[in-house]
Amino acid sequence: MFMIGPIGFAVPWLLLALIALPVLWFLLRAVPPAPIRRRFPGVALLLGLKDEETETDKTPWWLLLLRMLAVAAAIIAFAGPVLNPDVRAGGSGPLMVVVDGSWADARDWPRRAEKAAALVAEAGAEGRPVALIRLTDAPERVEFQTAEAWAGRAAGLQPQAWAPAMDGWAEVLPEGAFETVWLSDGLAREGRDSLLEALQARGPVRVIESPRPVLALHPAGFEDGKVVVAASRMPVGDAVSVEVIARGPDPAGIERELARVTLGFAAGMELAEAILDVPPELRNRITRFELEAARTAGAVSLTDDSLKRRKIALIGAGPDQEGLQLLSPLHYLRQALEPVAEIIDGSLTEVLLANPDVVILADVARLTQSETDATLDWLETGGLLLRFAGPRLAASDVSRFDEDPLLPVRLREGGRSVGGTMSWGEPKALAPFTEGSPFFGLVAPDDVVVRAQVLAQPDPNLTDRTIAALDDGTPLVTRKIVGEGQVVLVHVTANAEWSSLPLSGLFVQMLERLAVSTRPALPEASDLAGQTWSPEVVLDAYGQLSDAGELPGADGEALAAAITAGPTLVMPPGLYAGADRRVALNVMSPEAQLLPAVWPASVPVEGLEGREAQALKGGFLTAGLALLLIDVLAALWVAGRLSGLRRGAAVLLVAILPVGEAKAQDTSLPDDALALEATTAVVLGHVLTGDAQVDEVAAAGLLGLGDRLWQRTSIEPALPIGVDLERDELAFFPFLYWPITAGQAQPSAEAYEKLNQYLRTGGMILFDTRDADVAGFGGSTPEGQALQTIASGLDIPPLEQLPGDHVLTRTFYLLQEFPGRHARGAIWVEAAPLAEAEAAEGMPFRNLNDGVTPVVIGGNDWAAAWAVDDIGVPLLPVGRGFAGERQREIAYRFGINLIMHVLTGNYKSDQVHVPALLERLGQ
Amino acid sequence: MSAAPDLRARAEALGQTLPPLLAEAEMLAATVMLGEHGRRRAGLGDEFWQYRPAHQGDSARMIDWRRSARSDSHFVREREWQAAQSVTLWVDPSKSMSFTGDKSRAPKGDRAKLLALALAVLLLRGGERVGIAGMASPRAGRTQMLRLAARLAGEDAGEDYGAPETEGMVSHGRAVFLSDFLGDLTAVEAGLARASDRGVKGVLIQVLDPAEEEFPFDGRTIFESMGGTMRHETQRAGDLRARYLARLAERKDRLTGLARAVGWHFTTHHTGSPAQSALLWAYSALQGGR
Repeated sequence: MFMIGPIGFAVPWLLLALIALPVLWFLLRAVPPAPIRRRFPGVALLLGLKDEETETDKTPWWLLLLRMLAVAAAIIAFAGPVLNPDVRAGGSGPLMVVVDGSWADARDWPRRAEKAAALVAEAGAEGRPVALIRLTDAPERVEFQTAEAWAGRAAGLQPQAWAPAMDGWAEVLPEGAFETVWLSDGLAREGRDSLLEALQARGPVRVIESPRPVLALHPAGFEDGKVVVAASRMPVGDAVSVEVIARGPDPAGIERELARVTLGFAAGMELAEAILDVPPELRNRITRFELEAARTAGAVSLTDDSLKRRKIALIGAGPDQEGLQLLSPLHYLRQALEPVAEIIDGSLTEVLLANPDVVILADVARLTQSETDATLDWLETGGLLLRFAGPRLAASDVSRFDEDPLLPVRLREGGRSVGGTMSWGEPKALAPFTEGSPFFGLVAPDDVVVRAQVLAQPDPNLTDRTIAALDDGTPLVTRKIVGEGQVVLVHVTANAEWSSLPLSGLFVQMLERLAVSTRPALPEASDLAGQTWSPEVVLDAYGQLSDAGELPGADGEALAAAITAGPTLVMPPGLYAGADRRVALNVMSPEAQLLPAVWPASVPVEGLEGREAQALKGGFLTAGLALLLIDVLAALWVAGRLSGLRRGAAVLLVAILPVGEAKAQDTSLPDDALALEATTAVVLGHVLTGDAQVDEVAAAGLLGLGDRLWQRTSIEPALPIGVDLERDELAFFPFLYWPITAGQAQPSAEAYEKLNQYLRTGGMILFDTRDADVAGFGGSTPEGQALQTIASGLDIPPLEQLPGDHVLTRTFYLLQEFPGRHARGAIWVEAAPLAEAEAAEGMPFRNLNDGVTPVVIGGNDWAAAWAVDDIGVPLLPVGRGFAGERQREIAYRFGINLIMHVLTGNYKSDQVHVPALLERLGQ
Repeated sequence: MSAAPDLRARAEALGQTLPPLLAEAEMLAATVMLGEHGRRRAGLGDEFWQYRPAHQGDSARMIDWRRSARSDSHFVREREWQAAQSVTLWVDPSKSMSFTGDKSRAPKGDRAKLLALALAVLLLRGGERVGIAGMASPRAGRTQMLRLAARLAGEDAGEDYGAPETEGMVSHGRAVFLSDFLGDLTAVEAGLARASDRGVKGVLIQVLDPAEEEFPFDGRTIFESMGGTMRHETQRAGDLRARYLARLAERKDRLTGLARAVGWHFTTHHTGSPAQSALLWAYSALQGGR
């Protein structure tokens, strides 16, 4: 195949046609674009005008270039270009496909399986015999077979959750020469080199590796009572952070995410660590950690008993102690331990049978010999005996002269008491915990004081055994190692009798430190030896847990070896249960490292992708066609015929534009009928309250006011419209009358938005609580309270009671009172700015120019006074007799003034300047 | 029996004489409100002008007895002088008027005829006499309106560009020339001279298509006049635009100058804009405004 760079051509001789292009150049150049004939009366004005340039006689060069490119694209397309053509000479002889099939392959297994299947199919197409081996299987002799025989196996191939065993395979390789393709997981493995040598001895070897990074999580460990999670990566690259998720059952037993911590890989570091600080309740429930991004067995680490609840035996003094619950020495211990530990009650011999992790003796002085022996045996195997002092221990002679095996120190007689009524000195506080103490890092609160304690005899090893002391140096907590276990004595009582320690949070923390440090996180080989461990759940290569089923149990030694060296075929990763505990076998041991596989230079290494042959014929043809389309447009443009297409293009553009937007606009448009009705004339609006009677009166009132306006002024309003705040557009109305009813619903957020916009842009609302007959000061009426609720969401400026010189008093009529159906109510309007509130000399009004008040608030029930029926007769009575009619007239005048104020703004206020203007004119 | 076919024939004829153009023109004219336009002075007419005290020389029958009875002196009722004016319309019938730059727009000739007829409707309703130069002598009344409509709807002339017709103009009357004035201006000049010789005042309305104002052409083009008598070939029409527009502006200036010299008014109207503004302008110009 003819190749240019990475592109090969199926029919290369067609490229000779490219030579014809220059000929085409001359041919095309000679033919100018055809002229258009136009009828145009203005030709009389054109006569005699000369063209400035005559260049377009010939086709412009760029158009030529466009056409040449189009033709060239077509020629190249028909020459059959192929990117990355598969030019490898078809090998001869058998082909061996080697797949690592480890957990690290799981990260991109589908592509590996595809590649393996493709290799098999390719070999089949060439008629070569094929063999396929997965190195995680047990080594067994393979035979070369036809590709068909392997096709099914290749397609169904799955990775395994352990590392491949390279050693055995070199011996079982088939005889004779063959070519090898090795799909490697990219990790350094023991024995890889020897297997490679064996394969190279048979024939050429090609390696295919994925460049994707491998992430693996180490088993969680403990450090200072906190969980430490660590992860490794390969290859080492830039700074990356990954999330580690701790999973476990919630209290209902459903598995879910319990905690999450971010692991930050620093640039160039292959290991990252993070501390997971979770409460013990949560920590006890964690069953596994996993890396969020990766879905491989290596990214999962199972936890075993090392994170589980401890079994703690609580043993108090004899049953003769009768007293209040709060005085019980065990009360505080029980409170502190119950949430985090499993508590066992009973006598010492009984509880030792249950093999507790911790035994706590609170003020227990003397044990029987058999009890002591049993306890010592238990201590030797790693138990923790925690003892608290108390009056009994102080009174007894235990450990007085010889050190008791179950006490860390010798005790002095009687103990001591400080800060009491009969003693000198203050109660003692705690000294800071020294380094090396299990409590190191905890902070003792100031209010923890010790009033009485038992004292240790000053022995040579006392300092070593003291892990907490008072600020005068006397030991408070002492510890002694007995075999695998330890004995800890707290020199005060476990209740609040001798000290306030049990009352403080420090007590709980100290207990936790002690309890947590009872068991090593990783089991030693000797711990496991001699037992049979049966798998309970196992991990597959993708990190999914499944039931172990019938898998055979394993030796303790083998399990211990697997824990350090990693799981194998016979010991898959998972949870193994022994007699009294469970051990997790994880893919990664704490010390394991991820190292990249190193291949000798003689072995070609390829990535998984980028090798696909890609036919480019379609692309070139499309490009050629696109160029021709552009040429059509360009030719039209050159010939001046494009203008007719512009409208078409615009229509096309509109059609292409997202229709959704247009729809959204449509729905937001207000009702056109309302808009038309409200904008053909001045329309007074009233807010629909939902109370039919109030709404009727409001409509009738505005009708009556409209009639008066029509008769007396140049304002000729149309019929009033009821406005639904939620639905209707408010901008059409210069004025809204809003009667307040007690039960009125508060407007929605959108309605408030509209109202505020309306007030801000010059609308006016007349709030009428209609309660001036009963309302005194303050909003005590239900309507007043409703108004307060409604107005709380509105953008209302500061208000003042209508001053005597407000422009409302003189926009049309001169008024000083503003009655409606009620005469006395106060009216509130926007407060005038104080700075300008000064009356000019000789002027009756202050010099206030700006602003129409956006709200007028009152309670005079104006609509009722204005209301008329269809034939113009007043609807409701106002006052009595002639005085009442006069009041109605004044009410109308107020209405007229108000509408005038709405429509003419501060025009009347400007009248104060008239004398000054006249004076200026006179000059 | 014989009356019915006769009536039907007449009715059909009447229907034919009310072509869409006339209906449209009446609609357009209806947008202008006007009354009998008096001369703002006492004279012959129907409208009341004023009462004036009778003085010597007034005949007894001139005295308004009803008014005089209300006072001691005698009063004469004067009427406003109302005089009809003769207006002669000329609508360019040449082929260049049949041009339109866009299929959605009517040709210039249609707009010119519409304007002329609407003006005629207005003027006739105002009591003036209206005629068409060379086709119908000025007369008043509704029948004249039908006659004008029929004449205007007639065939166009075969020339490329038209020259104003002054035949049939009444001395000291008014005239309206509607054309695109893209042809030879000397003919227009001559026509104006002849009209002003007879003391005729009037207006020139240049009706242009927006395409003629914008020259939205590009590329290699052969321009031909509507009749095909003139042609001009260009390689890049876009380059000619500026010079074409300059020449058009120069022509308008020249027409404005010509009109001003003889006391006429000149305006340019585009078929892309509503006819109403041009009608109002023409009407007020004919009334002697500005």
